[in-house]
Amino acid sequence: MIRAALNAISLWAIPVLLVGIPLVGMIRKIKVYDVFIEGAKEGFQVAVRIIPFLVGILVAIGMFRASGAMDMLTNALRPLTTATGFPADLVPLAILRTLSGSGSLAFTTDLVKRFGPDSVIGRTAATMYGSSETTFYVLAVYFGSVGVKRTRHAIPAALTGDLVAAIAAVAVCAWMF
Amino acid sequence: MLNYIWFGLMAIALIVAAFNGTAGAVTKGAVDSAKTAVEIALGLIGIMTLWLGIMRVAEKAGLISLLGRLLRPFGRLLFPEIPPEHPAIGAMILNIAANMLGLSNAATPFGIKAMEELQELNPQKETASNAMVTFMALNTAGIQFIPATMIAVLAASGSKNPTAIISTTILATSCGAVAAVSTAKLLQRFFPYEETPHVDVTPDEVTK
Repeated sequence: MIRAALNAISLWAIPVLLVGIPLVGMIRKIKVYDVFIEGAKEGFQVAVRIIPFLVGILVAIGMFRASGAMDMLTNALRPLTTATGFPADLVPLAILRTLSGSGSLAFTTDLVKRFGPDSVIGRTAATMYGSSETTFYVLAVYFGSVGVKRTRHAIPAALTGDLVAAIAAVAVCAWMF
Repeated sequence: MLNYIWFGLMAIALIVAAFNGTAGAVTKGAVDSAKTAVEIALGLIGIMTLWLGIMRVAEKAGLISLLGRLLRPFGRLLFPEIPPEHPAIGAMILNIAANMLGLSNAATPFGIKAMEELQELNPQKETASNAMVTFMALNTAGIQFIPATMIAVLAASGSKNPTAIISTTILATSCGAVAAVSTAKLLQRFFPYEETPHVDVTPDEVTK
């Protein structure tokens, strides 16, 4: 029931907003098209403005992954994670998730195929992917869009959230499935 | 901090490449990633233009500030320094709502709009304000109700019950969001916003 409602909202939200917002504007006697154009003009600059930030972050992450440093990191963390009961197969995913959206998607898909879509590992991997965001990409895009360079405690806070979400995914899935 | 992480990732890559003999792969990784980054940014132009236009209409029609006033308790709790009728609050709510519904196309322009509004209230344009960091904490937590991508992956692999992960995802992402926002709030005093005297020594070296 709730799921059907949520799906319907996801499906209809965009067209309804695209028509509904200008409709309210029309009622309020706003020149909706003129105002739309005025705001839309910024779109190009914003996209171009984030390019340097995005190139910087993605290149560093791309080099890190390509060198094999990622595998070394997960191997190094393995004893720690086995001691805490965190499934070893999911360690790379937990790290990759914050760094690379496409990389973690490929990794999750592989885990699901290897262990089966209804296995605990498969479901935990899917939960882990779904419960977090590509932190460094998000930070590069949003801080880049306004030119903020000193991010203060944004990275520690975001990574704490990612760590907690990953642990929670494992715990919740172990309990539910 | 980003300076260290950025340099660290690349330096480690070089050292590891020396041991693994993966220098070629590292070169390819760098070149490909640069290309991907530009493609992502350029790919945003269309939706960004569309939504920033619609957002301006919503703002002029008073819808954005209405949203902020409707959800005043939320704004006051998370962003005490932002006035509730300020468009930043409305834009942040739209961003979070779009994320929750899995509408990532719309979420990014809303979020960027929110950052621009927050930047207007931010006296030091190159330093993140507390509100910005809290907003980023919420955003990087990736709160969503329907993990559509993962449901599709599970379904494509022949799962009998691909939607089983909805409840676990909501639980896990909520834990992550609460942890991220609490950490942001707890840490803000340890990362002072005001940098020591605003002299002309490279400010980057003062606060890390």
